[in-house]
Amino acid sequence: MRLQRFLSVLKARDREFVRDRSALAWNIVFPLLIILGFAYAFTGDQLDQYKVGVINQPADAGLGFLGTRYMQLIEISESGKSLAISKVKRHQLDILLDAGEKRYWINDSSPTGYLLEKVLAGSGGGDYQKQLVTGQQIRYIDWLIPGVLGMNMMFSALFGVGYVVVRYRKNGVLKRLKATPLTALEFLSAQIVSRLWLIMAITITVYIGCHLLIGFVMRGSYLNLLLVFTLGAFSMISMGLIVAARVRSEEMAGGLLNLFSWPMMFLSGVWFSLEGLHPWVQKLALMFPLTHITQAARGIMMDGAGLMVIMPNLLALLVMSIIFLLLGVWLFRWE
Amino acid sequence: MQSILQVNQLHKQFKQLKAVNGVSFEVAEGVCLGLLGPNGAGKTTTVEMLEGIRPLDKGTIKYRGKPLSKDFKNKAGIMFQSTALQDFITVQESLQLFQRMYTQVSDLTQIIEDCALGDFLHQNTASLSGGQRQRVLLAIALVNDPDIIFLDEPTTGLDPQARHNFWQLIHKIKQQNKTIVLTTHYMDEAYELCDEIIIMDHGKIIAQGTPRDLLAEHFNDVVVQVPISSALDNLLMSSTGTKLKASRQPDGVEICSSDVNQTVKLLLEANISLSGLQIRPRTLEDLFLELTGKGLRQ
Repeated sequence: MRLQRFLSVLKARDREFVRDRSALAWNIVFPLLIILGFAYAFTGDQLDQYKVGVINQPADAGLGFLGTRYMQLIEISESGKSLAISKVKRHQLDILLDAGEKRYWINDSSPTGYLLEKVLAGSGGGDYQKQLVTGQQIRYIDWLIPGVLGMNMMFSALFGVGYVVVRYRKNGVLKRLKATPLTALEFLSAQIVSRLWLIMAITITVYIGCHLLIGFVMRGSYLNLLLVFTLGAFSMISMGLIVAARVRSEEMAGGLLNLFSWPMMFLSGVWFSLEGLHPWVQKLALMFPLTHITQAARGIMMDGAGLMVIMPNLLALLVMSIIFLLLGVWLFRWE
Repeated sequence: MQSILQVNQLHKQFKQLKAVNGVSFEVAEGVCLGLLGPNGAGKTTTVEMLEGIRPLDKGTIKYRGKPLSKDFKNKAGIMFQSTALQDFITVQESLQLFQRMYTQVSDLTQIIEDCALGDFLHQNTASLSGGQRQRVLLAIALVNDPDIIFLDEPTTGLDPQARHNFWQLIHKIKQQNKTIVLTTHYMDEAYELCDEIIIMDHGKIIAQGTPRDLLAEHFNDVVVQVPISSALDNLLMSSTGTKLKASRQPDGVEICSSDVNQTVKLLLEANISLSGLQIRPRTLEDLFLELTGKGLRQ
């Protein structure tokens, strides 16, 4: 591999992207619009229901509290108990009841939790034991931002590499490059590195922009977050290489890229939690890099998760990157 | 002259189609070799195999006596029939991009001057005219100071002035003793530029030699062009007229004649006006029609 050839292709690709003002602007504006739109839609007091998590919900109507109006009862399994407690910490649940153990959890800084505690005491739950948890409120937008950043990376990686390489193949750019001493490894490496640093630059810009405009929770390490995003972007660029490997038609490439991106967009937990989904859908979601990016980034940003906690996600992204990359390079044809 | 390329029994098949079927020839150093033939004759496939970018089914290609190696890409300059350049980069940046692919390079300033790129050097490649674009692609083919240059239909789609400008560039390259392999549809282009030509059809070589030798070998006559008239029609339908080797063209009748005096005498005896009569020598286009029975752009 000759560095000069690699750097020349890298420079040309960077120039092409940066000078395409409309694409550049869209890469930055699109995620900002989504985040701002959701921030606006889910801000305010329009959610007038109290969220009550119930473990071991009694079959009879013995506990009058559960019949109170304006309450959304969310049934929680025994195995989901610790997750439900963390939701009380984040104010995603106002109160959590365990009817079997006759205990309840509330957040000491939650006014709605305080009110529901009083209602519980006066409606048949006087003998329930109080468990106090602490934690700051997490808004939907705080929960959403890591996923939207990941989703934007996904679109930029898949379409920025997959679509562009197919276009090069279709209009003869690749054939012309093939006639030079440039190797496939040099060409593909330049495409990966160019897209990787562009994605990182855009993601950091969008992150800072969102932070300045609406502010959001960041409890973990920025270095860990950078590591997750870098590895995540790399895995999805490698995925784009598979689509780009042989396809000659942009229409076909568009179809294939949508085939990859749409299931990831909806099943990787970007917009809603995967907890309520069928178990096999949850297992399928684990095969998507975006799921691991979203999980790890949320863990870092919302819970301050350290490297060891997100290690399974990092390992999954690493394995996927290696598989996608090897497959993409192996399948690649200039024409 | 020493051979720079030796091609022996090249074969290439695409599914049922034999695109190249046993082609053999040699290219002498410093000459411009023209590959002519109608669409689908196998010219481009042959050239792409010579360029080393398309694998052969059978046969051998030797460069300076040795089989083609990876290093051949450093020695060859290539201009494809159709090539797009990356969007949003200028002519100068494109030249620099391709120059950095090679270890041995030409002086870019000289190439820019030779190919007359100075006026649009900082222009986006997407905004070039057809003629400018072809000059840039030729310049790219020269950035590695190649020994041999492959030009695949370089002037197709250009207006006459742009074609003539392009021919001037190729003459300049020829003066530098570079070897050129040129495929073209245009017979005047082949006659103007090529020292030797190969005519292909159905994947095979059907004629090979210098343009002058080929014409001398196949023809010993000239073409007498006469405007259409009723007297000429009568002559052609008479027993005397049927002895003439004549063919109708949109703008008159062409009579092939090895004895112009005798032909003119026959026309005068039939009271045909000689006003508008023209005599022209045989061309490569005639040769092609003779050999393949079809026009070059069919």
